[in-house]
Amino acid sequence: MTGTSLRTYLITRLALVVPMVLILLTLVFLLLRVAPGNPIEAALGGHVPPSVVKPIEHRLGFDKPILTQYGEYLWNIVRGNFGTTITDNRPLSQIIAQNGAATLELTFFAMLIAIVVGVLIGLVAGRYRDTPIDIGGRLFGVFVYATPPFFLGLMAQLVFGVWLGWLPTSDQASPLTQALLQTHTNIYFVDAIWDGNWGALWDVVQHLILPASTLGLITAGVFIRLTRVNVIRTLRDDYIEAARARGIVERRVVFSHAFKNALVPVITVVGLNLAILLGGAVLTEETFNWPGIGHELVLYLQDRDYTAVQGIMIVFALVVVAVSVLVDFLNAFVDPRIRY
Amino acid sequence: MSDAILQVRNLRVYYGTPGNPVRAVDGVTLEIGESEVVGLVGESGCGKSTLGRGILGLLPDGARAAGEVLYDGRNLVTMPQKAVRRMRGPELGLIFQEPMTRLNPLLRISDHFRETLEQHEPNLTDAEVRRRSLETLGRMGIPPTRFRQYPHEFSGGMRQRIMIALALVLRPKLLVADEPTTSLDVIVEGQILALLADLKNNFGTALLLITHNLGIVAESCDRMAVMYAGRIAEEGPVREVFAEPAHPYTRELLRSTISLDTTALHSIPGAPPNLIDPPPGCRFHPRCPSAMSVCNQLEPIEQRLEDGRRVLCWLHGPSDRIPPGGGRPLERDAIGVADEA
Amino acid sequence: MALGRATKPIREASGIARVMFWSGVTITLLFVLMAILAPVISPYGFNQYESNGHRFPQLAHPSSAHLLGTTVQSVDVLARVIYGTQTELEVVAIALAMSLVVGVPLGLLSGYFGGILDRILVLIMDAIFAFPYLLIAIVIAFVLSTNSSIGGGILTAAIAITAAYVPLYFRVVRNHVISVREEPYVDAARALGARPRTVIRKYVFFNVVQNVPPIATLNAADAILLLAALGFLGYGIQPSQGAEWGYDVSRAVSDATNGIWWTGLFPGLAIVLLVTGLTLVGEGLNETINPVLRRRRFGRFEFEPVPGAVEEAE
Repeated sequence: MTGTSLRTYLITRLALVVPMVLILLTLVFLLLRVAPGNPIEAALGGHVPPSVVKPIEHRLGFDKPILTQYGEYLWNIVRGNFGTTITDNRPLSQIIAQNGAATLELTFFAMLIAIVVGVLIGLVAGRYRDTPIDIGGRLFGVFVYATPPFFLGLMAQLVFGVWLGWLPTSDQASPLTQALLQTHTNIYFVDAIWDGNWGALWDVVQHLILPASTLGLITAGVFIRLTRVNVIRTLRDDYIEAARARGIVERRVVFSHAFKNALVPVITVVGLNLAILLGGAVLTEETFNWPGIGHELVLYLQDRDYTAVQGIMIVFALVVVAVSVLVDFLNAFVDPRIRY
Repeated sequence: MSDAILQVRNLRVYYGTPGNPVRAVDGVTLEIGESEVVGLVGESGCGKSTLGRGILGLLPDGARAAGEVLYDGRNLVTMPQKAVRRMRGPELGLIFQEPMTRLNPLLRISDHFRETLEQHEPNLTDAEVRRRSLETLGRMGIPPTRFRQYPHEFSGGMRQRIMIALALVLRPKLLVADEPTTSLDVIVEGQILALLADLKNNFGTALLLITHNLGIVAESCDRMAVMYAGRIAEEGPVREVFAEPAHPYTRELLRSTISLDTTALHSIPGAPPNLIDPPPGCRFHPRCPSAMSVCNQLEPIEQRLEDGRRVLCWLHGPSDRIPPGGGRPLERDAIGVADEA
Repeated sequence: MALGRATKPIREASGIARVMFWSGVTITLLFVLMAILAPVISPYGFNQYESNGHRFPQLAHPSSAHLLGTTVQSVDVLARVIYGTQTELEVVAIALAMSLVVGVPLGLLSGYFGGILDRILVLIMDAIFAFPYLLIAIVIAFVLSTNSSIGGGILTAAIAITAAYVPLYFRVVRNHVISVREEPYVDAARALGARPRTVIRKYVFFNVVQNVPPIATLNAADAILLLAALGFLGYGIQPSQGAEWGYDVSRAVSDATNGIWWTGLFPGLAIVLLVTGLTLVGEGLNETINPVLRRRRFGRFEFEPVPGAVEEAE
């Protein structure tokens, strides 16, 4: 019984993905292809003779009617072809594999830090509401939320990199490591472990600490606020009073009832915040010269490379949709009520 | 009553507000004997639920209690929180008005039982936990097949049965039931009441049944206490109270219930008083049809009648404490009555 | 009267919410004052690198001549920080006004009339809402700055920010309208034959709009961060048009490697402070309006001595 209803739920949820993806892809197309101006001219830097522009236009299919272009655009995405950059003729798949791996490494550890710091402070602040711990936790939350990642990153570079000299302030690894490390997944952290190259791993971790902490702390602000509110709300629930009436120790009431139930909605928020995290990743990568996909986006924006920007936006759109599905699935497994 | 398992003496529970405190329970004295079923009735907002929770030491933020709740010779009001907590469950149980939200939606029914039993009897084996849970659930009419299900898979009546089983699995000496059937439909209500009325036969558990339904009290209680504005107005055996109510409030309350020979609906004019600043003297005097001039001046003194009933009303004396002329009917300005209504 | 009712929870708010709210208001007002008085209190212009024919020193340490030091272009950091307040508040005010003007009516109509239009709008807005709004703003700023005659500037930045926030207002307002629409008094008005226009204007609008202030304040805080991020990436205000803190921090990244801290620290702190101020106002409002978070004040009290002991009469 549970099995079939869970399956129905998952299938329904998957069906909803289609319109969402279509809308996002259409928006990207509208913004970047239908918007006025000539992207090729823009990419080549202004007034270029038609003899140069025309062949490129033809190669990219920009000379076809707009609806045909739209159809081809969608069809290419369905086939997994996200295009090729205008400026350096690089297939998007390569950008995803190489720079995407760097972004994945950064966001994964940042998310880990954000969840650990944010949820822990939020739980404690909610539990000890209105005590100095709560006020301190909340102020910390407001403060990290109010700090732009590039500013926190800059200050971290200044203190830990320049003044104390403890940690490197840019790049994903030192040049030597980059040259010597065998590529398996493009995720340096994984590759170093794969080869058992502990020296490289240490180097990678050192490079990771400042960017991941910067992005993680800033995301933690949102988690603190949310977790705290949920704990406060849950502690008022009727089953909490009922558990107390059965003489359950307060520690257990708080941990196995209040915290567990308060964290269910937090899963959704963690997922939704992946969007914020991706935005923050662009800024963090830019600050730390981290060779991720956001860093590439900024470079291609400067080059006015429309197809590259479009391709990267498609990747972001697909990631966002995938994560939202993942979050809903996760919720269905945690909360028995959703399955029905 | 020497075989009382619980004695409440002069219990007060106040809620803090920015102004004066709300005197939700204001000097209540009540005894409950072994295996006895006591009904606690009164209009909403008279402090019934606060009294029920206060007995178990479950008070919301900003509330405090004073007085005595004696159980096994120990006063729960002054006992350390930790010791009171240990008594909740194995000694004193509580079930609530609204069963739908009282079970944690993320935990299976079996988890609720395991948690409760492990808390109070840590040495039980898993098999023992299962056996005792299923046995109690079975007596409440929940089949073992449903033991591993989640709360949302049960109806309201089923959930209340589970709540009762969850309280009884620890074999408490006293169960406080706070309007346990108010949110259920009539047929389910009857089933739940039948289960509760059988407690003393099945489990030897005493029951404090909080309700505003006098029919339920007449049907299933041995004794009853009538509460008004934080105080017990009258207390005694159900039969005597119903046959000849001693307090005007009880009388009015009984008249306002519907029975087969009801010809016109009766209601008590006015509303229960505000408990932050209750009326002086007897708290019922603004609404009392028999009020005397003493009633708005002096607080009534509790009297014990010959049949063992306790009453808090000047009509029953003591006459030597009523000032001269205090027995005349209370003259009140019409505005005052209108204000209360 | 309406104002009195709206501010009642604030006046009655207790302890921490109150302190948070008023410290936020104070910080925000200080910044507003700074923006208005910028020409008076700023020692130099935001773009000024010389005075009386003397060029200011480059990257000078904070000193009595330049309280917060100078940048690599010899511009006074304090002047950039002060004038930056003008830019931030101006852009955010325009962006907020535009998002409200677009988002609130759309949400009202969509929520009130429902139907197919509502479904389509919800689908589109939800999709955009799920997308990182920084990226939406970047792309829009990018397209506007390359293609249109608007170019980079205050309006471009404001439009980019608006596009990022419209879905939020739409969602909040629409969902609230849906719940208000079913309220008995709105139903009653409809049953009495009130026209949709009247119902929306008189009954739905005022109820829904009460929710907007805390969201708008929190949003203003967010918008400052968004503007600074755009500036950091080079899509905000052009340096010649006005001072913008995010842009200044981006210029300071290369200074940091040489241990130069004042070019980045002060504009960055200005962002943090202003956003903190606005967040505190929003959180304070939220805490007083949201019944889940609102905490009643409990007075302290003492029990009077036990009233006359129980007397037994025979």
